[in-house]
Amino acid sequence: MAADDHTVLQLSTPSTANLSAKVHPLVIFNICDCYVRRPDQAERVIGTLLGSVLPDGTVDIRNSYAVPHTESAEQVALDIEYHHNMVVSHQKVNPKEVIVGWYSTGLGVTGGSALIHDFYSREVPNPVHLTVDTGFRNGEGTIKAYVSVNLALGDRQLAAQFQEIPLDLRMVEAERLGFDILKTTAVDKLPNDLEGMEVTMQRLLALIDDVYKYVDDVVEGRVAADNSIGRFISDTVASLPKLSPSVFDKLVNDSLQDQLLLLYLSSITRTQLGLAEKLNTAAQIL
Amino acid sequence: MANSMAKSFLQAAATEEVVSPLRVVQIEGLVILKIIKHCKEFSPALVTGQLLGLDVGSVLEVTNCFPFPIREEDEEIEADGANYQLEMMRCLREVNVDNNTVGWYQSTILGSYQTVELIETFMNYQENIRRCVCIIYDPSRSNQGVLALKALKLSDSFMELYRANSFTGEKLREKNLSWMDIFEEIPIKVSNSALISAFMTELESDTPVTQCDYDRLQLSSNPYMERNMEFLIECMDDLSVEQQKFQFYYRSLSRQQAQQQAWLQKRRADNMQRKAAGEDPLPEEDPSNPIFKPIPEPSRLESFLITNQIANYCNQINGVSGQSFNRLYLMKSLHDN
Repeated sequence: MAADDHTVLQLSTPSTANLSAKVHPLVIFNICDCYVRRPDQAERVIGTLLGSVLPDGTVDIRNSYAVPHTESAEQVALDIEYHHNMVVSHQKVNPKEVIVGWYSTGLGVTGGSALIHDFYSREVPNPVHLTVDTGFRNGEGTIKAYVSVNLALGDRQLAAQFQEIPLDLRMVEAERLGFDILKTTAVDKLPNDLEGMEVTMQRLLALIDDVYKYVDDVVEGRVAADNSIGRFISDTVASLPKLSPSVFDKLVNDSLQDQLLLLYLSSITRTQLGLAEKLNTAAQIL
Repeated sequence: MANSMAKSFLQAAATEEVVSPLRVVQIEGLVILKIIKHCKEFSPALVTGQLLGLDVGSVLEVTNCFPFPIREEDEEIEADGANYQLEMMRCLREVNVDNNTVGWYQSTILGSYQTVELIETFMNYQENIRRCVCIIYDPSRSNQGVLALKALKLSDSFMELYRANSFTGEKLREKNLSWMDIFEEIPIKVSNSALISAFMTELESDTPVTQCDYDRLQLSSNPYMERNMEFLIECMDDLSVEQQKFQFYYRSLSRQQAQQQAWLQKRRADNMQRKAAGEDPLPEEDPSNPIFKPIPEPSRLESFLITNQIANYCNQINGVSGQSFNRLYLMKSLHDN
């Protein structure tokens, strides 16, 4: 199998075929924040991505920071010392976070990006390049991730090509909590427990209403019946445990009483505290 | 002309700036996410970090933050910690982040954050910064579906007392300070830049029900309540230890009083005798006698803190019970239907 000049362009095989990336929303926040704060003459922001590589090969991107850089038509200069300092500082806090790639804002990949990617590939074997389109050029904010794949013609390395890999945006539970807060531009007050409960119950009610309406529509023939949805609904209704009313009442009442007990205890404690306070400071000797 | 200018400058320098009271803490979504992530990664260990931002009028804006590495008990790490801080601030300055320290954040378990260290850290910060705030985040409550984030500040009257380092009964009565006045909680407002909110709205479209709703509707809150009660009981034990200290103090004080009276009587009797014998009376006071040494009154700071802590736990229990009631009634009505 002698290499011939007319052989087909070979893409080196995907050891990266099943590579995908997971991004935490914190990273997106960081990038947007850095973009908003960029110095006036810079068009885009470049920075490093930190995270870890999971055992099944996916890259988990957890944190990021911006790196000052200057860019002109011909060359790109990156502040390498700053980059190293930040990595060291971040690793002091969380030694498991290592460099996994880099990001830049703006759609598409430019020539300068290839140089930067090259620099990063010297630090990490296979860096991931993330682009975040802050300009919303396609009418939506696109976030894409690329890895570099080597193009070889026979034995000769020709060029490196940026190949897109699937991206997954994950959110941890605690972050989901704050999610409503994070979506709007301003929230006046953090909801406390009872208000949150209220919101949740309203949502539940809305859901139940939707299901009701759907079932009514199907029965009256307004909407075509979908068997899978029907099965879902019947499963849900059947999952309510079959308890006789007396047993159920007893359960509910027992829990109620437990809660009431705790409430009573805590109220007593608080009264006690108030009393002790008065006694302590009011006591006068002589 | 120059004279009047100089005078007005002096006047300006001499007049004190009117410090408007802090009314609201405005946090960016970015900071909240960072705090959540940091505290969650290291839970159950307790972690801290620094808050950066701007102090504007009656609003304290927090725009960024960075975590502190976990410090081991080692001498050289102290200098390292300071270096790390300077390094981070310098680097953040280069990317145009406000590198103005406005406070710090720390994580806590079930709300047990009121310790003397907290107060001391506050005092340390207060010396350099005019207004600083401490944000407390409780990751253990997030699986109840609640974002437990609080902004705290020491009240001014408490700070004065602390500086004078006197926590005796009379001083407290003078200032009318009770355990509720130590910490002031400041309401939090969240703000986000438009870019971020555009991104977020796109990434996660408005689903009718989110994961946190599922968490909130979960019926089992027993383990959480149990832990809360355990903490409460421990605190009560601590409080009773403090009370015993007080009782001991009072008892010894009254014993000393009795001794003093007895001694005084004896002295008076002696004096009468001496007068009868024509000698000079002895003084009625004898400072060198050990029974006149004043016994120091134990500081009430600890008991205040513990009381605060207990109140906190009680509040939490109340909150969670409220939620449970809601859930139980909801279940009941669902079942009936």
